[in-house]
Amino acid sequence: MSNETKQILTTDGIPLEISLKKAERKNKIKAFLLVAPLLLFLIITYIFPIGEMFTRSIDDKMITNMLPKTFKSMETWDGKELPSEEVFASFLSDFKILVDKKEHGKLAQRLNKEKNGFNTITKKLFRQVKRDKIDETQSIKEQIMKVHKRWRNVEYWQAIKRTAPPYTSAKYLKAMDMYLNEDNKITQVSEDRRIHRILWLRTVEVAFFVTVFCFLMGYPIAHLLATLPMKYSNLLMICVLLPFWTSLLVRTASWMILLQQQGVVNDFFVIIGLVSDDNRPEMMYNKVGTYVAMTQILLPFMVLPLYSVMKTISPSLMRAGKSLGGTPFIAFWKVYFPLTIPGIGAGCLLVFILAIGYYITPALVGGASGTLISNQIAYHMKTTLDWSFASAMGLMLLGGVLVIYWLYNKLVGVDNIKLG
Amino acid sequence: MSKNTEFVKFDKVDKSYDGKVLVVKDLNLNISEGEFITMLGPSGSGKTTCLMMLAGFETPTNGEIYLDSNPISNIPPHKRGIGMVFQNYALFPHMTVYENLAFPLRVRKVQKDEIDKKVDKALSMVSLSGFESRMPAQLSGGQQQRVAVARALVFDPAVVLMDEPLGALDKNLRESMQYEIKHIHENIGVTVVYVTHDQGEALTMSNRIAVFNDGKVQQLSSPDKLYEEPVNSFVAEFIGENNTFGGEVTDISKNVCKVKLQNGEILANPISVNSKGDKTTVSIRPERALINPKDKMDNNQTGKIEEVIYHGDHTRLRLDLLGNKEFILKVPNSSNELDLKLGNEIKVGWNSQDARALDPK
Repeated sequence: MSNETKQILTTDGIPLEISLKKAERKNKIKAFLLVAPLLLFLIITYIFPIGEMFTRSIDDKMITNMLPKTFKSMETWDGKELPSEEVFASFLSDFKILVDKKEHGKLAQRLNKEKNGFNTITKKLFRQVKRDKIDETQSIKEQIMKVHKRWRNVEYWQAIKRTAPPYTSAKYLKAMDMYLNEDNKITQVSEDRRIHRILWLRTVEVAFFVTVFCFLMGYPIAHLLATLPMKYSNLLMICVLLPFWTSLLVRTASWMILLQQQGVVNDFFVIIGLVSDDNRPEMMYNKVGTYVAMTQILLPFMVLPLYSVMKTISPSLMRAGKSLGGTPFIAFWKVYFPLTIPGIGAGCLLVFILAIGYYITPALVGGASGTLISNQIAYHMKTTLDWSFASAMGLMLLGGVLVIYWLYNKLVGVDNIKLG
Repeated sequence: MSKNTEFVKFDKVDKSYDGKVLVVKDLNLNISEGEFITMLGPSGSGKTTCLMMLAGFETPTNGEIYLDSNPISNIPPHKRGIGMVFQNYALFPHMTVYENLAFPLRVRKVQKDEIDKKVDKALSMVSLSGFESRMPAQLSGGQQQRVAVARALVFDPAVVLMDEPLGALDKNLRESMQYEIKHIHENIGVTVVYVTHDQGEALTMSNRIAVFNDGKVQQLSSPDKLYEEPVNSFVAEFIGENNTFGGEVTDISKNVCKVKLQNGEILANPISVNSKGDKTTVSIRPERALINPKDKMDNNQTGKIEEVIYHGDHTRLRLDLLGNKEFILKVPNSSNELDLKLGNEIKVGWNSQDARALDPK
């Protein structure tokens, strides 16, 4: 056998290797073109908005662009005593431009967020500027300091300097009930104002228990579905899916009808004598309502992956377990259960991730003690219009989900997930 | 020690799933200790149901099953101590080979070193030593099959049930596994109840074969008897190849009877006919009919060759003989002096003892 490999040529004299590569390249381009629309769609609807959310959540450029000269001259200021004449002068020049563009109000608002009291003194300064009372041939520093005593307070100038960086982590800290104090240290807000941390914890707690309830209820249903003869299992499957096909709003509303104090469930309890008529328990506008409604709504997401996994488990495995001497429980625990873990993983992950971002149901049946972090996000989106804060919280939620996914991958392995 | 001939006993067992149709009817079957018995039959004949009743996954509607003289109908499967090899092996896919084999021992709380020993022994028995840490999915079909056999034997059960264990294997592997299972049985002397619809498998492996049809045992006998002396036309038809003639008995004596066919008359061995006028199906094995017989045979007929099929070691002829156009003859390929051409007329003869007059179809 010779070791020389002769170059194989095609009939038109081109080396076969090159010709094959050419053909393959064509196929690759074709394949790419086929997926390109989806890729584009994903970039536009998923990656781009997330990036946009991220920049919005840390963006603090507005004020940076409002006071360019001030921040420039502040670079050399040590921040311990009142800044120099030059800083005052550039601040005034920036401020005049803002007054011309009628944007001084925005500045006052932004600075007031950083430190209370800016509103008043900016308004005063505005009036002085409007009346052209500031003589630029004199010391600007002296004149501004005369406008209001706070302009003589170094803390206010420090506050201005703190807003200099174009990016800020303030929104993230706020979502954790923390803020940066005067010394640039992370500080907790006073105890009576800590609302977000409670919401985060409650969200995780609700998502966790909803997942547990869904698992406890979904596992037997899925097992029944997988083992019943076809004609019954189809019917049962429709029963599982029927709520799935009903509008989320309709389902939540029907839970409201069932759970309210004069509702069907309470009426039933009174009729069978479980509770007295004047002592009906509150099952709505609290956590109970959230748990009940969310568990029911998310149940199919647990049942379906479990079912699809269980369907593939041959009934002869359980029989083998029993014939080899295992009690029905041992056969279940050692043989059947381990084989359903991929389905359990998929179902739990799915339900937990959906539950952690749930919005409509807690908003409608949750009341004050049953609302979750997503309701807070919606509140900031729609009511306070603080989109950057909403973005920050949204991203934290996304980050949390990614962490869970990573943990799951470490513990069980994502390859083990089976959705069907 | 004398062997218990009623080690497993089906006593008047009926089974119905829907309360309307009996899938097993009045089954009486005794299985001796250490016997290899095969339940053979077409699908739906009740053989698997019998096996499932013995394993404990189905309960008899009527009657009782005894294992070593103890009624077992009310004993759950895990307490019966019966090993079982399933059709699709039913190896636990999430356990290694070792863990699969250790499962029946672990649930019996056997000591760890004892488990190791027994697993070793069972694996070497099926020549799979060294495969302990493999997962079932990493094994070939034949290897999985052997693990399944080893697992059913590792806890020394009194009886091992096998439900078409070789069904999923290809032909060559199936044949070698047949011998392997047979040898394992001979070596350890366990009682085996084997279910199959493959008659070749049944004939090569078993001590006795129970042919099932329509929920009943049609015949229970050793493989050679089953083939040579079928008691009814179903068994004759089901086991091996078979030439049949339908006719009516015109004369009967102790050893021979005359059967009138549509066009002709033959002599046959009266098995299930008693008197003149009985309808009958006469069954002759293809290899029992000879061309140009040199010995004197009491049936001599002429047939026309309709088809010649070359089979390597022999040639099959399809004849038109006495109105039966499906009469098969097997001719060894050594006798090539014969002129076997399509359309030729040849002489065919057989002994009346080999032509069994059975019940009519």
